Amino acid sequence: MSQSSLRPRFKHRNRPSILGRFDPVLTGAVAVLLVMGTLLVYAATRDWYAHAGLDPQYYLKRHIINIAIGLAMAYGTTVIDYRLLRAYTPIFWGLGTLGLVAVLIPGVGSTINGAQAWIALPGGFQVQPGELAKIGIIIGMSMLLAERSHDSDEPTSRDVMQALVIAAIPVMLIIAQPDMGTVFVISAAVVTIIAVSGASSRWVAALLILAVLGGVVATKSGVLKGYQIKRLQTFVDPTADSQGAGYQLRQARITVGSGGLIGTGLFKGPQTNGRFVPEQQTDFIFTVAGEELGFLGSGLIIFLYLLIVMRALSIARRTNDPFGRLMATGISAWFAFQVFENLGMTLGLMPMTGLPLPFISYGGSSMFATLIGFGLLQNVHARSRG
Amino acid sequence: MNQRSRLNLFVVQILIFSLMTALFGRLFYLQVAAGPKYRDAALSIQSRDVITPAIRGLIVDSSGVPLALNKVGLAITLDRIAIDKQPDKGVAVMQKLSRLLKIKYSDLYRKTRLCGELPTGDKTGCWTGSRYQPIPITKAANPDLALQIAEGSDQFPGIGAGPIAIRNYPGILGVNAAHLLGYIGPLTESDMAKSSGRKYFRSETIGKSGLEIMYDSYLRGVPGIRTLIVDRKEAITAQSHISAPLAGDHLVTSLDIRLQAGVETALADAVMRGRSSGYASDSGAAVVMDVTNGQILALASYPTYDPNIFEKGLTVQQASDLFSEKKSVPALSRPLQGLYAPASTFKSVSVIAAASAGYNLNASYNCPAEVQVGDRAFQNFESKSQGTMSLKKAIAVSCDTIWYRIAFDQWLRDGGLRPKDNPSDYFFKAAQSFNITQKVGIDLPSESSSRLADRSYKKSWYQQNKDFYCNYKDRASKEQQSAFLILLAKENCLDGDKIRAGDAVNFSIGQGDTVVTPLKLAQMYAAIGNGGTIWQMMIGKAVVKTNGKVVKTMSPIQLGKLSAAPSTLNFLHDALREVVLTGTAAGAFAGFPIPVSGKTGTAEVFGRNLNGSKKDNTSWFASYAPSNKPRYAVVMMVSQGGFGATTSGVGVRNIYETLFGVRGNTIIPGAAIFPDGKPPTILPKISPATKPIVAP
Repeated sequence: MSQSSLRPRFKHRNRPSILGRFDPVLTGAVAVLLVMGTLLVYAATRDWYAHAGLDPQYYLKRHIINIAIGLAMAYGTTVIDYRLLRAYTPIFWGLGTLGLVAVLIPGVGSTINGAQAWIALPGGFQVQPGELAKIGIIIGMSMLLAERSHDSDEPTSRDVMQALVIAAIPVMLIIAQPDMGTVFVISAAVVTIIAVSGASSRWVAALLILAVLGGVVATKSGVLKGYQIKRLQTFVDPTADSQGAGYQLRQARITVGSGGLIGTGLFKGPQTNGRFVPEQQTDFIFTVAGEELGFLGSGLIIFLYLLIVMRALSIARRTNDPFGRLMATGISAWFAFQVFENLGMTLGLMPMTGLPLPFISYGGSSMFATLIGFGLLQNVHARSRG
Repeated sequence: MNQRSRLNLFVVQILIFSLMTALFGRLFYLQVAAGPKYRDAALSIQSRDVITPAIRGLIVDSSGVPLALNKVGLAITLDRIAIDKQPDKGVAVMQKLSRLLKIKYSDLYRKTRLCGELPTGDKTGCWTGSRYQPIPITKAANPDLALQIAEGSDQFPGIGAGPIAIRNYPGILGVNAAHLLGYIGPLTESDMAKSSGRKYFRSETIGKSGLEIMYDSYLRGVPGIRTLIVDRKEAITAQSHISAPLAGDHLVTSLDIRLQAGVETALADAVMRGRSSGYASDSGAAVVMDVTNGQILALASYPTYDPNIFEKGLTVQQASDLFSEKKSVPALSRPLQGLYAPASTFKSVSVIAAASAGYNLNASYNCPAEVQVGDRAFQNFESKSQGTMSLKKAIAVSCDTIWYRIAFDQWLRDGGLRPKDNPSDYFFKAAQSFNITQKVGIDLPSESSSRLADRSYKKSWYQQNKDFYCNYKDRASKEQQSAFLILLAKENCLDGDKIRAGDAVNFSIGQGDTVVTPLKLAQMYAAIGNGGTIWQMMIGKAVVKTNGKVVKTMSPIQLGKLSAAPSTLNFLHDALREVVLTGTAAGAFAGFPIPVSGKTGTAEVFGRNLNGSKKDNTSWFASYAPSNKPRYAVVMMVSQGGFGATTSGVGVRNIYETLFGVRGNTIIPGAAIFPDGKPPTILPKISPATKPIVAP
């Protein structure tokens, strides 16, 4: 009889530090992605900046700083019991919503690629409140749907409606930017949280229908801006706009495809070094992996995402706490659909939207948000008793 | 966790797993399954080929004397990319350049526009190449001006000057041969589109016409390529591949430059002779062919143009002159693109027809002033009665009425306007055995097909024109509504698909709807001369590498055989000799020491010239020589040249004089072009410095 098999998984007393109670698979997968992402951001920018006579490590340095700040934030979210986070939820949500209002004010918000989604800060930094709002919505909804005023097994319609209001306010503001990629990801997370909350199936069905109708109305009624219609058109026919969005999509596909099985080798991709794909360090970072690391390297990235999301969902399943479960489910859906939208766009399966790739793309707000999400998952994991 | 939550969580897990699997599948497709395709696409995005043109092969005559070679020229070029970036789109620079080079600004502007940039219908002089290659304004610049531009590059931004390899047609012995040789020019989009398997490189220069285009794949060689890897801003990041240019192969032709010069002069003289006799003489053609194999020894078209104008830099005026009706369309190559009624030269066909219809070729026939055919009287040439004569004599003096009668009789026998199911059609069949509607197959582009007005032609003509003639009053223009034309239209509508008596009669003397190219007539007379073989016409003899290795030898190709009996051909030989001895060409060939056989032709032409005058007759002389052992067929045609004998007959005599080395009536020893009596069969040594051997 070995000692280890008898030992309970988590002892209340004599508990090791929070880091020791992290899920090692989740941690490992995220760590590999962070390292790969750092190399890819460097690969995407070093030649470009060197040719322009600038510091080739400019993006590399900033990316590493972003990761460091993000990891600190992630650690911060794990220190206190996530259940106590509920108290801070209104702050998260409120700040995110306020930020979303602020970006719409002319002079405060700045427009990048057609979406007014950024607030410029001194020192060349920019924050994207939409990223903060994602976390606010997920925690807020999970809190409302988990805390019930009665002893029912499932949330009442009133609970669901309250939760939807929590989501709807920031979503409306994001539609106004408009940043349809973020809307898509939040909507997918909202539907998933409600589905897993145990709410009536009618709610899930109704929300799915609403999402489809919303998509149709948006394309038909002119809610979408010209550049978005163009992106949708070029999704159907990439040659339609060969200089703009279509150019980007075609270049992305060619760059990924040209990598073949094993790729050109890191830093050796001519498409990447020639800077043929715009936005390559942010939304199109996966093309660098495609070209330079080939099917083996880029396939590994997809595998790691699958691993992270499946691990996150199993954390959701194992915890006894409804709040933790819904939060972990929401974060899983967020990661999964954001990865799917970003890679789908790069590979030509989804229309073009501006969404960064979690853990990999260059960009502070997204890096902070995804690492906070990662921290929350670890928090739930560490404090779950299966 | 309730049951529904558990189930939904499972569904979410499955859904996300499927989405990730879809991504994985798509990634596999892009990188592994379609990877090679995308690798090629990436390569074409990143790479830029810089072309070093290959040295083009020479075109030489059968003794190795160059007809086309390469020279170093001084080019002044304009870079459209740089010019378009200038705030005024280069107007100031181009104005300055137009003053310096003394060319019109409008010309300079047009020459540097892509053809697509100019309005439809007014593209003359446009640049047929791409925007990305320097556009040559001239390739034969004055060295002082070129130096001025090269040194003052800040004063002429976007303009370059430097040495460039140019194609040169040296015109040795004054030879022109513009229609034969063609010219070269920049590769165009449409060339790329119809390249059909040939690999072209952008910014390459290729053959555009004549032998230059027909043998382009040999002459062009393989250009050297430097592949550069560039980034999105076209900055060069690496150089990936270098290959040296491979010089093009030389083309040896069957032409003889001395004979070619002689033929061109004889043709020009014939045109002048026609003009001095008061005829319009707008154009002409002359050809010398080896009757034993179809090789072309000389070929001339009048009017012509300077074959070097394309490389010198064509002015807009020059470009439009090439196709100007007023200047008789110098671009048109008459020997292969001009179609003319063969007139009396066609009587050789009628002799074969009469023989196969059972007429006694040795009997005597009456040659009256006119023959009544139906309700129309058909006149003899100049309405003269010549009395009774042998058929041989009838050919010699070119009696028409004998043929009217025979053709009319045969037409009646075949059922007239209600033809028998199986008409004998001796005339049509005799003509068909010459393969008249088949091209002569010469290795020059855009040859026209000759037309034979036989029954099937009539039927297809009727199909195309029935609607017009049967609704004449609605379809025809006001000027076409005269009583005579309305009557004619009615007739055409009624039985336009039938051979009428008039058609049959006209056919027998080579008038009416039958038209031939001068080359076709030469091929026909060569077949008569050589005993019945129809040879494909060829100018190319061999393709030879720069190291002397023979790549390809063109062997003669037999296209057909005349159906005429040997006795008929023998009669024809006698009759055609008689033409030169005592007949219509006796004057032209008086005292000529080599026996020549031939036939004059004077074809009536309908229609009017630009100035409103009635068109003059087409002058023909078709011949072969020496009569006893034919080796050469010589045909000359002068459009609106008047009589066959005096304009073309004398012209052909001049050609034979050159060919056989005859001055006056005597053969100068050693002056014949081919001392052995036949063109050389051994391939010459090829060098751009080869000089022709000119007789003392």
